[in-house]
Amino acid sequence: MGEDIRFVLNGKRVEVTVNPLKSLLRVLREDLRRTDVKAGCEQGECGSCTVIVDGKTINSCLYPAGQADGKQVTTIAGLNDERETQLIQKAYIEEGAVQCGFCTPGLILVTRVLLDKNPSPGEAEIRVAISGNLCRCTGYKKIFNAVKRAAKYLGKGEKPLPRKTALRKIQ
Amino acid sequence: MNVIGVSVARNDAQEKVAGTAKYIDDYAFGNMLYGATVRSSVACGKILSIDTATALKISGVAGVFTYRDVPGKNSVPLVFGDYPFLAENNVLFYGQPVALLVADSEETARHAARQVRVEYEKAPAVFDVLEALKKDSPKIYGDNNVFKKYDIIKGDIAKGFKDADVRVEDVFTTNYQVHCYMEPQGMVADPQPDGGMAVYGTMQCPFYVHDAVAAILGVSQNRVKIVQTTTGGAFGGKEDVPSVVAGHSALLAHLTKRPVKIIYTREEDFHSMSKRHPSRVEIKYGAKKNGKITACSVRYILDAGAFSTLSPIVLWRGAVHSAGPYDIPNVKIEALAVATNKVPCGAFRGFGQPQATFANESLIDKLAEKLSISPLKLRRLNMLGIGSETATGQKIEKSCGFKKVIDTVVEKAKWDKIYLPPEKRSGRVKTGIGVAAAFYGVGLGAGGRHLDRAGSYVQIQKDGAVLVAIGNTEMGQGLLTVVSQIAAEALGAPYDFIKVMLPDTTRVPDSGPTVASRSTLMSGNAVKNACEIIRRNIDRTVLGMAGVRKGASYKGEVCSDGKNYFIKGAPKKKINYFELVKKCYAARVNLSSNGWYTGEEVDFSDVTGQGKAYYVYTYSATVAIVSVNTETGEVDVKKIVSGHDIGRAINPQQCEGQIEGGVMQAAGYALTENLVLKDGIIQNPNFAGYLIPTPDDVPEIVPVIVEEAYSDGPYGAKGLGESPMITPAAAIANAIYNATGWRVYSLPATPEVLTALRANFNHGRRHKICTERKKG
Repeated sequence: MGEDIRFVLNGKRVEVTVNPLKSLLRVLREDLRRTDVKAGCEQGECGSCTVIVDGKTINSCLYPAGQADGKQVTTIAGLNDERETQLIQKAYIEEGAVQCGFCTPGLILVTRVLLDKNPSPGEAEIRVAISGNLCRCTGYKKIFNAVKRAAKYLGKGEKPLPRKTALRKIQ
Repeated sequence: MNVIGVSVARNDAQEKVAGTAKYIDDYAFGNMLYGATVRSSVACGKILSIDTATALKISGVAGVFTYRDVPGKNSVPLVFGDYPFLAENNVLFYGQPVALLVADSEETARHAARQVRVEYEKAPAVFDVLEALKKDSPKIYGDNNVFKKYDIIKGDIAKGFKDADVRVEDVFTTNYQVHCYMEPQGMVADPQPDGGMAVYGTMQCPFYVHDAVAAILGVSQNRVKIVQTTTGGAFGGKEDVPSVVAGHSALLAHLTKRPVKIIYTREEDFHSMSKRHPSRVEIKYGAKKNGKITACSVRYILDAGAFSTLSPIVLWRGAVHSAGPYDIPNVKIEALAVATNKVPCGAFRGFGQPQATFANESLIDKLAEKLSISPLKLRRLNMLGIGSETATGQKIEKSCGFKKVIDTVVEKAKWDKIYLPPEKRSGRVKTGIGVAAAFYGVGLGAGGRHLDRAGSYVQIQKDGAVLVAIGNTEMGQGLLTVVSQIAAEALGAPYDFIKVMLPDTTRVPDSGPTVASRSTLMSGNAVKNACEIIRRNIDRTVLGMAGVRKGASYKGEVCSDGKNYFIKGAPKKKINYFELVKKCYAARVNLSSNGWYTGEEVDFSDVTGQGKAYYVYTYSATVAIVSVNTETGEVDVKKIVSGHDIGRAINPQQCEGQIEGGVMQAAGYALTENLVLKDGIIQNPNFAGYLIPTPDDVPEIVPVIVEEAYSDGPYGAKGLGESPMITPAAAIANAIYNATGWRVYSLPATPEVLTALRANFNHGRRHKICTERKKG
């Protein structure tokens, strides 16, 4: 049943022989050992398994691996070295938008794709962009704030706070 | 204070944003097998046969095992120990573990587990608590289906109601709530050469898991090592169930002599996981015309499911708090945890209190209306304060910021501008405002006092970096960060150089469970204790370096600015932290210590329910503003202001995160999270059918922190995790009433529930008009 599937993963060519109907999530995690992609529900509801395929975020749990053939697949590990991603990650940390962290890689990818297309999204646009990603810890408010802060860093060139001054005294 | 009350960045966030944090499913061990659970397909029955032949023929299957293969004790060690790791002759709920299958891949294991044929003789089942309490009902537990009963009796209840000018009573019910942490349950067990077992996984309570693995294998506890891996949310759902998952994986690893991983699918997680108990609360208040409450009686019933697991202690907490956060002279509470043929319920953030709070805070609003007193005034008139007494007769002696909490949330919600009585609300979409208040006993209280202790181990390493071991877990709530702040403050060391490790049961003694908002207090104090012991050695060295001679009884207090030590009064003569550490190492000064903390003494009578139930309480109040579409029954939450007296906010930003997250979980509980069961089987075991809040549902959330320091808390802190889950649902229900005049008697208040209420309301109004006309 195996078929050869070739795609570019985080800038490198990969080739796997798998059932083309196996989910891209399972192929990434099991066959390619990319554990930065998380399996939250495997029913396309939670968004923890978000990856970028040819510039668009998708739920990799519902995406047949065969469909990725010849495409560019990007996980968070593929973007960690890029300045834009690092600024988004900094914004998430500064805003306290990370708790258990299981949904976080997916959210960072969604934020990256959003800000690449729309450098200064309003809150309504942010809500739409992340509407496919569930988070049970934060209540989302700090995630909205993180996206807004990231937009400032990326779009307006505002510099992130140095680590020390990121401390906020209680009001 | 250098780093207390400061929103430092979380010290586990970088690996989480980069996707490098390792959750249990991200671990792989050499030669690893995968386990899957064969579960009961009936709600109640006798196991006639288990046919494994087809499953065993599948390539890759290494074995199928039942309770007969358990070398130790086939009982999950929780409160009563009635829950078997694997069913023996009978099953009591749909989804109960019957057998375990192990194979060389996850896919094969799951597929083959479905090929194990179990034949059952179905027996009559009972799914409703009132049915279960009937004399002629099928018996699941004992001769009355009651796992546990508590009575709390204060004053003279009959007199209390007799003295009252006004009485109100009602029955309130709530449905299940599912934790829906994003990371499903999972464990890996790795057999050790000495016959012992190391188990890694997602968990809240490593020492419960420790007990469970030693029990199922029948080995001594020093051969079992439990290590928590980065945990993707828990909310109470990883308190008891991980003992089952770990027991299963350890059993399979023991039998196959290979590492075994078990990861639950989301659907399996929904079916088999503990949940918030459905409840039925019959409650009555009596009050004087002036609003002073004279009596409260409560019958508080929890639907515990088929096994007792944690229900007795959930029941206890719920019961103790069920009369509300008020000073009431006459109280009678009867609390029952009742067995039904459904999945066992367990811990969920709030631990029995959200159910009770929905009931008492709804009824307090009704009482206010009947007395023609504003709901705020009635609460203020009766609320607990220093010197007043709880339902268990406990005098509140310290750390009570209740008044400030209520005043602040009311002000921030602009209550006075928004409040109108329901009859003055108009339009198709109506606005409403509601309030709810609660108190929360921090820690395990008298019900679990033997577990209320914590250990720690702290060492400053040669380069000045600090390694801290604790026994409580990080599940997302921020414990590693908060404990790092406490260690940095107590040692006078820089925050960035503190590393707190996830628990490993071989490092620190049993520190109890990570529940009940107890970890900042317990582990925080245990770490502070260790740091203070180390600090004595440091201070002695500092004084020595400053020329304060030995034997001169060390005059002068050593202070720290987080980078340098200095002697009080001489802040200019500084000794750098790192230099001092070097000096200490050179002089062979011990820079390591164990720490220990036990909570203050508490006591409680099993007969009357009177006593000091908890050593300290947090106080909270939430105001909700909603708009209700009176045609569709849809509720749009506009704003939530939620205030909490938590003693001291060690990290205000993380505290806000707890409040905002708790508020949204509570909003889901109030409105959308509706688990549907048919004949004991969950019909919507997934995020498509069970609706937790999404980014689209988020209202304006205003977190409010009040700090009324607790003398025994680390830098005054009490605790926070649970509190934000307790009041918002009741506040939303009261806001719905304020908008529409429809009193919500059951949660969740879905559009279907609300449109039914509207029909009743209109019917009642027509009835009233007709009666008045007739009279006229």
